[in-house]
Parts: sequence; structure tokens; C-alpha cells
Amino acid sequence: MSQIVVESLTKVFRIAERRAGLRGALAGLVRRRNREVRALDGVCFQVGRGELVGYIGPNGAGKSTTVKVLSGILVPTSGTCEVDGRIPWRDRRAHVRNLGVVFGQRTQLWWDLPVVESFELLRDLYAIPADRFRAVGDELTRRLDLGGLLNVPVRQLSLGQRMRCDLAAALLHEPGVLFLDEPTIGLDAASKLAMREVVRTINREQGVTVILTTHDMDDIESLCQRVLVVAEGKILCDGSLASLRRTVSSERHLIVDLAEGISWNGLDGLPAREVEVAGGRVRLGFDPENVAAAELIGRLTARYPVRDLLVENPPIEEVIAKLYAGGKA
Amino acid sequence: MNEARLYIRLLETSIRSQLQYRASFLTGVAGQFLVTAMEMIGILALFHRFGTLQGWTLGQVALFYGTISVAFAIGDALGTGFDRMAALVRGGDFDRILLRPRTSVVQILGQELALRRIGRLAQGLIVLGAAVWILEPAWGPAEIALLVLTVAGGAALFLGLFVVQGALTFWTTESLEAVNAFSYGGVTAGQYPITIYEDWFRRFFTFVVPLACVSYLPLTLVLGVEDVLGLPAWMRASAPLAGPAFLAAALGFWSLGVRHYQSTGS
Repeated sequence: MSQIVVESLTKVFRIAERRAGLRGALAGLVRRRNREVRALDGVCFQVGRGELVGYIGPNGAGKSTTVKVLSGILVPTSGTCEVDGRIPWRDRRAHVRNLGVVFGQRTQLWWDLPVVESFELLRDLYAIPADRFRAVGDELTRRLDLGGLLNVPVRQLSLGQRMRCDLAAALLHEPGVLFLDEPTIGLDAASKLAMREVVRTINREQGVTVILTTHDMDDIESLCQRVLVVAEGKILCDGSLASLRRTVSSERHLIVDLAEGISWNGLDGLPAREVEVAGGRVRLGFDPENVAAAELIGRLTARYPVRDLLVENPPIEEVIAKLYAGGKA
Repeated sequence: MNEARLYIRLLETSIRSQLQYRASFLTGVAGQFLVTAMEMIGILALFHRFGTLQGWTLGQVALFYGTISVAFAIGDALGTGFDRMAALVRGGDFDRILLRPRTSVVQILGQELALRRIGRLAQGLIVLGAAVWILEPAWGPAEIALLVLTVAGGAALFLGLFVVQGALTFWTTESLEAVNAFSYGGVTAGQYPITIYEDWFRRFFTFVVPLACVSYLPLTLVLGVEDVLGLPAWMRASAPLAGPAFLAAALGFWSLGVRHYQSTGS
């Protein structure tokens, strides 16, 4: 039984066109020219309770629009979606009571107040019982290491500190569903790790369903069992990272460090392709269905003295880039 | 926590944020007071020159002026959040409001209670006091109650105008100064007895934006003067209810707007 059901969701925005120059601006006052932008074009997917799903796509693909429709902020042009049997925009208040949302680009904290006062306001907005507020607050403070930040006005926090506070703020009311919209954008490595750790924990231990939009493939690789790829308002691909790789290409890479003083003289009939040659290091791409790694290594070492070898999957960024490119074709 | 207590709670927060910038707050109050004081000096100068305004005495005009100023100051202070909607929508902060399990209206109301409006409020109250001092009226409880009702109705009307202005930002995120013609223009127009204006203007401010219902009509009853429009007393006494009625209609328009909300890019 799916918790989130999205069916042929379509959202068309009407955007007033601005014309250049003063004359254009004046003309725009009299007659508006509207342009239609189809941000979502028949998006369908389902998410089960307790899943952690990555939702990725190039800029302008419709990621944020999807999140906003699922959050009840936007009313779609057509199609439906349900979360826990509720239609978000129709039953907004009941829906958001069980929902946490983090927008990486914006804060939900009160800019001029100390963090703890924002938390107390959220307690009142969500009507969180005092004992739960204390227990959950203490737990989040410990996990996200907020102890020293609670009495600092939000405007004085660094981005990493603020994002940790924002994540805590989105979890105070113990939502069953969490939407993270680029939560790690611009963060330093330590803050990223802390954020991921908490997201993983609440997903595994408390069974919170998470939808994560991001451009950071490390987020995806370290967190998501399943990935949805969206481009130009359509879902291109839905599956595990491994299946995503297979969709694009089954190619794997063999990294070869040649022995000292040996230079690369080309493939010379080896069943592979040169991806990169840099000094004594060569990266070859090969299709494992065509040639087994062991056989390729055998034939290679027969020709070149080799110091070291490594077989790996191509970086996920490459896979995604290919997928986007394929979607547009 | 119910909506009323939440509203108080949000206001507390807004006030505390405002007091963080004390110099800005103090200059804001002083500025508001000065602007309205200058206006009043202008009127005094007019009276000094001409004696009366189409038969209205200084005391009577002061009552109109003070009543509408107090009503506007209250409506404006309460409705500051709606006045800021364009910025809220453009900055994406309205998304945040929709993500919370509370009505958008209570959250927008709670965004800000503009304390600097104290300047205008104080000035309005001073003018009201001056009116009473000049007129030396023999008011009973009925007149005083009607005056209070008039102020309350006026505050509701002006708040309603700010709600309409805020709701329009759901259709266009450009700033809607046009609506200010009715709120800020209304307060200027309503500072004088509506009978001094042309017919079409009077009708507009009676039936579309019912400004006359929260100034001229009930105040003629308070002052015990003849209503040249010839409406019966019971109608003039209940006229201030047009304020809350206008506010209710404005809130209906608001709900319609929320469904039309387009949000902004990521």
C-alpha cells in the first residue's frame, strides 16, 4: 500500500512576458502577453511508507514544483496526488501537520530571534505537547549538535549551522513524511555528513518517508535506495541506482597504472574504449557482457607491464548526465 | 493553542523583533506622528482662513478626522502583513505559511503588528479629544457606543482593504499601489464629511467601499445633525456594520486567491 500516490500530475504556469525597454514596459501595462510553461507534464509515481527516494533532475526539470504540489502549496492544473489518502491542497492543514519540509535555499526560522524561540513558535504552531517537544528537541539537539546554537539569533548563524537548525525545525512535530529540497546545497563536508546521518536515522529508526531532491550525487549514493529522474516535467527513470546505471549503459571502467617508464600505445585490438589517458594512468571503458573483466585484464597485462589495476563503476554524475541528454533527444 | 492565542503569540514575536531595532522603531513612530500632525495643521490653517467648511464647524470636522484616523491606524497596524504580501510572495515566504497547519489569515495577521502606527493612533486620539473639547457635546451612552462602533467598523473596513490588496498579489506579483487609492485615499477622503464631495464620489464611497458607513452616516447621528441624504436613524446607526461585512467579503476573495497562488521558482 503506497503512502504517496501521484497520477498524471500536470502543472502549467502562465508567465507574463516582459518586453525590453521602457516602451515595452509601458506596452505591457496595457496588454499582457502570456507564455505557458509546462513545469510538470503527466508525472506518475508511488512511494511506500518508510522509503527514502531521491528525486533528481536538471535545473527547471520540475523538482520543486512536484514538491510544492505534494506539500499542498500549489494546486496542479490536472492530475491528482494523495498522501496518506489526503489530497494535499484540498485538505491542507491536516496534511501539513504530518509533513516536514526543508528548502535548502530558504529558512523557516525567524531571522531576528534566537533559534530556541523559533522552535518554541513552531511548538505552538503545530500544537506539539510539552513533553514530546522536550524529548524530540533534546534528541535533535544532540544528533545535530545544536547545543551551542540555540541562543544565537538566526541571522548570525553560518549556512551549515542554519541548515542543521532548519532540519531540526522540520522534524520537531515528528512528521511521518519529510521533503528535503536541496538540503545540502552549499554546505561544508562536516555539515553534509551530519545532515545525512540524521536523515538516515529518522528514515531507518522511525520509518519516516523521505523524498530528497538534490544535485549532490553523494547524497543520493549514500542515502537513497531508489531514484526518480525527472526532466522537462516527465519521469525518465524510476529504480535503484544500479538499475539506473544499467538503463544508461552497462559499461564499467578499468583503471590501469602502467609500470614505470612504459607509455600507452593505444588499445591495439583490446575490446574496450579509451576514456582517459593521463601520464602513466589509463582509464578504459568496457562492457562486461562483451568481455569479462578477468579476460580483459589478462589480455592487457600480456601486452603492457602493469603496476596496479582497479575495476569500478563510472561516476554516477556521468550516468545522470547521459540520462538527461538521452531524455532530451 | 487556538487561533486567537496563536495570533497573540505571533504578535508578541513580531513586537520583539521590531524592538531589536530600537532606533528604527522610534524614528518610525515620530515620523508617523509628524506626518499626521502636519496634515492637521493644514486643516486648521484652512479653517482659520474660511471659518467653516460648507457649514461644518471645526469641532465637527475634527470628529470626522479623528474617528477615521483612529480607525485607519488600527486597521493599518493590524493589516501590515497583508500590505507586505507582494514581498512575501516574491521572496517565497508565503510557501512557508502554507506549510503550517494553521489558516493563512491568522499567520499573515500575526506577521507584524506595526507598532510605529502608534504615532498615527496617538494623533487621531488627540484630534478626537480636541473635537470633544471644542464641541462640548452632551453625549449619553448611546452616542458613545455608536462612536466606538464606528471606529471598530472603520478599522474592519480598512483591514478589509488591505486584505483585498494582499489577495491581488496572488494574480500579479507586481506591487499594487492602485489599491492604496482606496485605503490611503479613503482615509484622506473620509476625514471630511462625505457631503462635501460630488455625487459619484459619494456613491462610490458608500456602496463599493463603504467609507461613508463608518464615518458620515453614523457620525451625523452622534453629532445630532441633519443628514442631508435623508436616511432614517436606524439605518445610520447600523451603517458601521458595513465594515465587518466588507472584511468578510475581502476574506472570501482571499481564499479564492490562495487557490490561485503560483509560488515562485525554486
